[in-house]
Amino acid sequence: MFRLPGDISLLLLLPLIGAFVLLLIPRQQRQTLLTLALLSSIAAFIWSLRLFQAFDPAAGEMQFVERIPWMPAFGIGYIVGIDGISLFLVLLTTFLMPLAIVASWTVQDKIKEYLFFMLVLETGMLGAFVALDLFLFYVFWEVMLVPMYFLIGVWGGTRRIYAALKFVIYTMAGSLPMLVAIIYLASRYAHVNQVMTFDLLQLYNLRLPVNEQIWLFLAFGLSFAIKVPLFPFHTWLPDAHVEAPTAGSVILAGVLLKMGTYGFLRFAMPLFPAAALVLTPVIVALAVIGIIYGASVAMMQPDLKKLVAYSSVSHLGFVMLGLFALNIQGIQGGIYQMVSHGLSTGALFLLVGMLYDRRHTRMIADFGGLWHQLPVFSVLFLIVTFASIGLPGLNGFIGEFLILLGAFSAKPGWTAAAATGVILGAIYMLWMFRRVFFGPMIHPENGKLTDLNRRELLILAPVIALIIIMGIYPQPFLSRMKPSVDVTLQRILGSQTAPVATNHATSPEINSDGR
Amino acid sequence: MDVNLVPLLPAAQVLLAALVVMLLDLFFAEHEKPLLAWISIFGLALCAVDAVLLWGSREGTFADTFLLDNFSLFFTQLFVAAAILTVLSSVRYVREAGIHEGEYYSLILFATAGMIVMAAANDLIVFFLGLETMSVAVYVLTGIWRSSARSSEAAMKYFLMGSFATGFLLYGIALIYGATGTTNLTEIAAYLLEPQEQWPRYLSVGGLLLLVGFAFKVGAVPFHFWIPDVYEGAPTPVTGFMSVAVKAAAFAAWARILMHQLSPLDSDWAYAVRVLAIATMTLGNLLAISQSSVKRMLAYSSIAHAGYILIGIVAGEEWGSTSVLFYLATYVPVTFGAFAVITALTERDRPKEEYGHFAGLGFKRPFLAMAMTFFMLSLAGFPPLAGFTGKFHIFRSAIAAGYTDLAIIGVLNSLLSLIYYLRVIVMMYMSEGGVQGKSLAESPSLYVAVALATVATIYLGILPTRAVEWSRIAYSTLF
Repeated sequence: MFRLPGDISLLLLLPLIGAFVLLLIPRQQRQTLLTLALLSSIAAFIWSLRLFQAFDPAAGEMQFVERIPWMPAFGIGYIVGIDGISLFLVLLTTFLMPLAIVASWTVQDKIKEYLFFMLVLETGMLGAFVALDLFLFYVFWEVMLVPMYFLIGVWGGTRRIYAALKFVIYTMAGSLPMLVAIIYLASRYAHVNQVMTFDLLQLYNLRLPVNEQIWLFLAFGLSFAIKVPLFPFHTWLPDAHVEAPTAGSVILAGVLLKMGTYGFLRFAMPLFPAAALVLTPVIVALAVIGIIYGASVAMMQPDLKKLVAYSSVSHLGFVMLGLFALNIQGIQGGIYQMVSHGLSTGALFLLVGMLYDRRHTRMIADFGGLWHQLPVFSVLFLIVTFASIGLPGLNGFIGEFLILLGAFSAKPGWTAAAATGVILGAIYMLWMFRRVFFGPMIHPENGKLTDLNRRELLILAPVIALIIIMGIYPQPFLSRMKPSVDVTLQRILGSQTAPVATNHATSPEINSDGR
Repeated sequence: MDVNLVPLLPAAQVLLAALVVMLLDLFFAEHEKPLLAWISIFGLALCAVDAVLLWGSREGTFADTFLLDNFSLFFTQLFVAAAILTVLSSVRYVREAGIHEGEYYSLILFATAGMIVMAAANDLIVFFLGLETMSVAVYVLTGIWRSSARSSEAAMKYFLMGSFATGFLLYGIALIYGATGTTNLTEIAAYLLEPQEQWPRYLSVGGLLLLVGFAFKVGAVPFHFWIPDVYEGAPTPVTGFMSVAVKAAAFAAWARILMHQLSPLDSDWAYAVRVLAIATMTLGNLLAISQSSVKRMLAYSSIAHAGYILIGIVAGEEWGSTSVLFYLATYVPVTFGAFAVITALTERDRPKEEYGHFAGLGFKRPFLAMAMTFFMLSLAGFPPLAGFTGKFHIFRSAIAAGYTDLAIIGVLNSLLSLIYYLRVIVMMYMSEGGVQGKSLAESPSLYVAVALATVATIYLGILPTRAVEWSRIAYSTLF
């Protein structure tokens, strides 16, 4: 009966085991608790690297698949697997988590519970990315909600309870209709095939009438749109980000938001392709509105964290635009942008958090002239700012470029509008940078600030290295995504409009002739 | 006459334990009285063992008015589990509150025996017998804390309202008897196979009156008015017992009598039950939001949960009924656990049930707060906990039976319920202050009860397959 956990199960178990071991350690031993949490998240990262290394870059189908019956009477199974789409999101999660834990070194209060929730959150997020059974996916989707709720609600800022509740209510308002849709879908499958299943790969083969697809797509889509967040479902995001502790913001922006875009790509679009095609104009419109709206609102924010939060609305709008371009460049760009947004926004939140630790304020007006006071900090901040803007040579550029390239061939008008978002992005980020780092030092308190310490450099160095690597050498990433994106696109568009490029190399230049 | 006594075994054992407890009470010195609790548990455990051993048998007795089948055994297990949890969490509470222990424990056992009879009854009169045995015992239990005005008031209300509902039930039974000439459910079911045109008009009136009586007992809106006051006033372990076991017993009888044997009358009330389900969920949840007392909030939440169960009843057929049984099985540990935590916080001078009293509990009493968190999240329907799997099966059966609208209303209600369940968590973990004094009821056995409920909450959430299968077998033996 007993069997060893498979590759992916082990990945899910590593943080969870760490979380439960933490519970056994007395709360006075702060250092032990932190080290243990860090070690288990690093173990998960190393294991995910091993998966990356063992991953077959040429295959578009699911790899490392594990199937264990769970509730066989209802066709519910523990089914997990990784393909070129989820691989990078899994890596992003395991990469950011140790950094988030090191960034939590300054948390004084109730560190044991804090770390416990962080590790449970990691398992929840990883589970949602690898689940290939809709029931299992829903379970992980909800499991990750609870720790985040606690992280915001217990360790957050002054309006934390309001923000935490808003976060949960919004998410649940989306996910409960999704639960009904999941059950409905499985029942429809049972109706057609006489056997019930929640197995995603089986459900892909079910073709429902268009009007039913539209309802189901809307039910799934609402849940994902809230998570992304797609305009106009974004209002929970600024509150949650501002109140969350630094590590919470990093994980929220870095990983949780991608749950929404990933959900569209993995579930809503391939399960209900006809509905996706019908609703594409609506979603593209909302995405473009989100890009411009998010950027415009970000420009006027007095609070650094809020500015970064609204910039996420704008950047995730790009991701949605790319996904719904429904061509290979758009979707690849979307995935690439998910990962690079996770890195650059994660880094921005880390930097803002470091500033907050020193000065206990996040208001732009309280700073100015930090360039000479904090030289190292300023340079790193500048690199991340450029990455976020999408400067060529850094990671943000590749994603945005591919998205615009893909979207332009599909929706030129909307894409032209979206491209203004790039300009707006440059404006608000650089303006913010100028106000914080240049000019005269008006506030004498800033004169006492100290530059980054070793721990902080240790957190930032890997992120910045990866930002640069992803900016100049995207090939390993894009080539591993490509087969899976092809498969997904095939599912969405069907056989009559199969994507053309199959064996081309996948650098953006060559790919531009893909259509 | 040759009477087969085997089917009576589980009920008889509990009754015997009740009598033994009552008798020993006379001979025990004051400090020996806690032993009565362990004797009660022993009796209940014996009954549980019997129920396990008898699983799969199918026998009737007293001219088939009393049936021992998987259905009644399934519910026997639920009742016994609830009763054991109740006794465990009462040990210190009754002593400190000055409640007479002998009476208290024997009444719990009598009530349990009544419930077992209700679940096993295949005759309207036998069912009524069980119902009254249970109800009278619970009326008394509600008012057993004689020095508490709240408790006495609740008992009075419960008694008056309960008797009123009993009147409806009896009237319904009388009309059905008048129409069919029998009280035996099998014979009634045979009668109902005849063409509808030949039924007397008042037969459906009888059916509707039964429905009203049942709706009252499970606390469905608009027959729910007694619940908040009675739940709030009763001693907290008794409230827990009522909210799980009494409710389960009423649903057991509902399943056997209305859903199964009288199902041809469905056409008269199917629509009514749908309306009941929607009204019960929605009103229960809306009213729960505005409560300032956690105990009262849980009372309204138990109304809301009755509404979810009614969805399963509307869905009917094999999976709808299975989901009802399974939901009740998940509901027992979760709801009882929540009341057990409230019991643990009871203090002598103040009823410790306001939200404010939970403030900061998370870091002062980590175990209780963690358990309460599990119960609240489970009630709210978070996976992977028992409440989620229960709701999942209810909604699944509703969607499979074509009631997607009910499932949608159900999930929207779950969303509403988040507001008040999360408030408890907010208080425990995210608010400071809150002074906890010396607890009246804390004892190792209470902690055992809370721990058992927590384990069951998690177990039924992660590995529900076996319990679902038992529920299915239990229901399918009715046929």
